[in-house]
Amino acid sequence: MRWIYACVAGCGMLAGQCAAAQSGTLTLPARIEAGSAFSVPTTGSGKATLYIVGLAQTLKREVNLGEPINFAAGTLYSAGHYVAVLVRNSAPAESGSFDVRPANRPADITFLARPSRLPVGLHGGITGAAYVFDSYRNLITAPAQVAFELSSPKGQTQTRAVATRYGAAWTQFDSTTQQGADRFVARIGDVSSVRIVGQVPGDPCSLKISARPAGEQIQLQTEPVRDCSGNAVPDGTIVTFTESYDGGESTVDVPLKRGVAEVKMPARPGARISVASGVVLGNEIRWGK
Amino acid sequence: MIFRSVVIAGVILAGASSICAAQADVRVEPEQLQGPRPLEEQTKTAAVRNYLQAWETLGSALNRNDTGTLDKDFTGTARDKLAETVQQQAAAGIHTRYQDKSHDIQIVFYSPDGLSMELTDEVQYDVQVFDHDKQLTTQQVHAHYIVVLTPAEVRWRVRVFQPQFE
Repeated sequence: MRWIYACVAGCGMLAGQCAAAQSGTLTLPARIEAGSAFSVPTTGSGKATLYIVGLAQTLKREVNLGEPINFAAGTLYSAGHYVAVLVRNSAPAESGSFDVRPANRPADITFLARPSRLPVGLHGGITGAAYVFDSYRNLITAPAQVAFELSSPKGQTQTRAVATRYGAAWTQFDSTTQQGADRFVARIGDVSSVRIVGQVPGDPCSLKISARPAGEQIQLQTEPVRDCSGNAVPDGTIVTFTESYDGGESTVDVPLKRGVAEVKMPARPGARISVASGVVLGNEIRWGK
Repeated sequence: MIFRSVVIAGVILAGASSICAAQADVRVEPEQLQGPRPLEEQTKTAAVRNYLQAWETLGSALNRNDTGTLDKDFTGTARDKLAETVQQQAAAGIHTRYQDKSHDIQIVFYSPDGLSMELTDEVQYDVQVFDHDKQLTTQQVHAHYIVVLTPAEVRWRVRVFQPQFE
């Protein structure tokens, strides 16, 4: 009568299931672990048919009454609630129900990490959510600790341990201050899943230009353009030079090349030359008369 | 289904309350989210509506032993397991009728990236088992399901669908 004890013990949440499990004369385990071997005893003699029916798996087996019906390990592996029906040739069907729970041992993590690329130094910019599964792709709903780790190529590491709730755990990290490919890992036991998060320089932090004469023109050049963490801003980033003179204005957009932007503009005495990139304004130069 | 969906939207806006729709009583509890991402009412309404539609789809698939409609509402593990069940039923000459009677739904997780949502459902349903046309049993089931939904092009699809036993 072990099944009755197990049923009573588990009736807090699944009262309906337990009532069903006790309703017939078919003796069933109250619950088993996914993929484990189990046995259903029978009485009487002759042939019968046993049906085990659930949303995630269905079995049908011809059986000899009076002998236990043995199910080998790996036969019933999908977590769920199952209805069992034993149909004899000359007697009413017996029925009951039981549960198949996920195996306790994690075998896989589904890891959703975002984004795949972001600027350095972004608070809470990297997020990850993990779902933990057993080897039969059943969601393990019992609480378990998932370790999240974000590490930069230069060894900076952020770690956090998060308990799963309903099989899921999530975390949030700041992007680091150095550009490069970070490893974002979710781990439980000896099972892990890795995502690569590319960290790119942020917007320019400041701009500074210098000028020198070049014949009839002025040669303008920025200092190497960096973000506020000191990372070189990518080549191709547009820098805008503006020359204002006697009520006129001319503007030139120049992409960064090897970290700097340079351009020649007409040398107009008294002209004011400024530089900008995105929302960042640089210094202003007044070209002498 | 359309009527039920409309009613559900109203229920969500009103918070926890109880209704009796054409097919199943549906109650949607105020969400108790873990995670930093806020859940918009429109998103919540769509997810619950799509989840309830998934129950109709699974009922039809398992009654007719037809996997053709599963892709509309299921994906990943849930889809694969349901399809496997349909095939096993067909091979064994059986079919099943699932009729959901009531749902008590609560959204418990919305991932920070918005790419997954998890809800719990205190569901009651009837299941009838048939071998060809012979009815073998009818059982009433009361179970606590955990459901993971992921967004597809125009709807939420069920990715994980299994009871919780704790």
